[in-house]
Amino acid sequence: MSSSEGERGPEGLETSSSATRPAVSSATRSADGPGPQAARPSKLGGILSLLASELRTLFRRRRTWAMLGALALIPILIAVAIRIAGDSPSGRGPAFLDRITQNGLFVGVTAIIVAIPLFLPLTIGVVAGDSIAGEASHGTLRYLLIAPAGRIRLLVVKYLAAAAFCAAATLTVVVVGTLIGWALFPIGPVTLLSGTEVSVGEGLLRFLMIAAYVTVSLLGLSAIGLFLSTLTTVPVGSMAATAIVAVVAQILGALPQLEWLHPWLFTRYWLDFADLLREPPVWDSFADNAVLQAGYIVVFGLLAAARFVTKDVLS
Amino acid sequence: MGDPGGLGVSAESADSAGLAIETHGLTKRFRSQLAVDGLDLAVPHGAVFGFLGPNGSGKTTTIRMLLGLVAATAGEARVLGAGMPRHVDSVLPRVGALVEGPAFSPYLSGAANLARFDAADRWAPSRTRAARVADALEQVGLAHVAQKKVHAYSLGMKQRLGLANALLMPRELLVLDEPTNGLDPQGTREVRSLIRSLARDGTTVFVSSHLLAEVEQVCSHVGVMSAGRLVAQGTLDEFRDAGEARALVRTPDADAARRVLQGLGMHVDGSISAGRVADDGGVSRPADASADVVVTATLETTPPEAVVAALVADGVRVRGFEVERASLEQRFVELTGEGFDVVQ
Repeated sequence: MSSSEGERGPEGLETSSSATRPAVSSATRSADGPGPQAARPSKLGGILSLLASELRTLFRRRRTWAMLGALALIPILIAVAIRIAGDSPSGRGPAFLDRITQNGLFVGVTAIIVAIPLFLPLTIGVVAGDSIAGEASHGTLRYLLIAPAGRIRLLVVKYLAAAAFCAAATLTVVVVGTLIGWALFPIGPVTLLSGTEVSVGEGLLRFLMIAAYVTVSLLGLSAIGLFLSTLTTVPVGSMAATAIVAVVAQILGALPQLEWLHPWLFTRYWLDFADLLREPPVWDSFADNAVLQAGYIVVFGLLAAARFVTKDVLS
Repeated sequence: MGDPGGLGVSAESADSAGLAIETHGLTKRFRSQLAVDGLDLAVPHGAVFGFLGPNGSGKTTTIRMLLGLVAATAGEARVLGAGMPRHVDSVLPRVGALVEGPAFSPYLSGAANLARFDAADRWAPSRTRAARVADALEQVGLAHVAQKKVHAYSLGMKQRLGLANALLMPRELLVLDEPTNGLDPQGTREVRSLIRSLARDGTTVFVSSHLLAEVEQVCSHVGVMSAGRLVAQGTLDEFRDAGEARALVRTPDADAARRVLQGLGMHVDGSISAGRVADDGGVSRPADASADVVVTATLETTPPEAVVAALVADGVRVRGFEVERASLEQRFVELTGEGFDVVQ
């Protein structure tokens, strides 16, 4: 009865709007669709393309740059404070602090020592803790999964993006520290812990090695954050939990009564990069740290996969 | 409530090869609540299938199971011929979907959001990505805001962007959950014509909705959910026909008419005096004419023309005859009960 009346409107519109449409459908239809005839795309290619997109998303986000900016403030504040207040008495404050006035290159190392206990874990907590929970809270998780991103593939890509952020964060501190030190203090050959002097170039290389060490140190925490992120659809929860885990691990590591536990804490080697400042560099602690972090990546990666693969996505 | 299809419309007996979506005993239980209960869906290839049901009847949970987002507690689901969720990787690239409203990263532009979802599809060639994103945005009328961040989009614009996402690649099946939610009448009509044009190209469209007028205008098939069960499914015509058809006879000879109708095996369920209404027609009638009465009876299987012939043969003065079919809405309410927002 009413249908003839209702029909007329849309029909009229159809003719007018169809003028713009066919171009699209014919263009997209000619693209090689995922029918049985299309060649199966490679798994690696799929991961790389999604990773590239994920990195673009991460580094296009204002929050990421705000965190990197906050990290950059640490060496800047240290350098400016020392420049204004003058040298600190030897032996007080963080390691290498008393060296800065003689050699500005030490600003970066000093800043990273300051950033390791709290600032770096906080920012890693935000990125890793947000990885899955953030997508879930935006509802974009379901659209990524029906794209289909593949659950394991998405986890791997999210983890690699978090790892990339770890590297970006430590590099920010070291590079900004070196630059500001260069600007405000005299620069010269670096005296290593073993007493040997190495050139500025060699010194900078050592500082980059320290950045690599600290990046590796943070990979275990990133895996914990990824796992926590699969447990909830409230990103603040998993972000805070990740940061808290890092702090708690350091507190436990400071209690001599828990000596038996210390070898298992992912924070155990966090500050043990001094060996890289010997001549020749001693890689033992780097290797021990890498093995420990790898253990955390395997355990929490598997936990995250087990949880995520079977998870009902209702967000 | 009866078994699926038990209320008149039977599931199509099409062979599985012709089905784009097929489920058997699909069930989902969330802790104590049975969200979807033994669903046997059959959506033929090329159909525009309207998936109806009141809020909370299990439509979205069903869609989530079809797309592999949620694991079924029991039963199986086949989409485009392959079991879900095992074949998610090969099936979903051929499926475009809008699930429970659009969702985007608010800090990215519309185009960047689409590119991001497209990059997650391994089958989508990155070479053509920018062009396909631009085409899809054009198709839903968002080309002019492509570079705007999504947090500045209105609900209707997000809905359009969600549709654009479903159209990034040529699809064999589109699953659209409430596609017109939040759209203005103009947008609603565009979506309708979009669905029609996609269906013309051979795409199977599975639309969930509670807007019945919507469904009536675009769908070839319907399925109705109620409290987690599929209470009816079939073609739109079958569905309408399954509703009670009633014959309305306007006559001054009410008693004779009743006798004839009962003689035909019809169930006479009422008669209303229609005299005044007839007078309003301005038709001059003989002074001795008794007042018209409208006698109503269920038509069942008797052809309407046979009813008229029988009435006339028995000398009943038939002054008006009408066959009234239940509207989709009446059928819907019959199947799912009253007391929910049919039109939201």
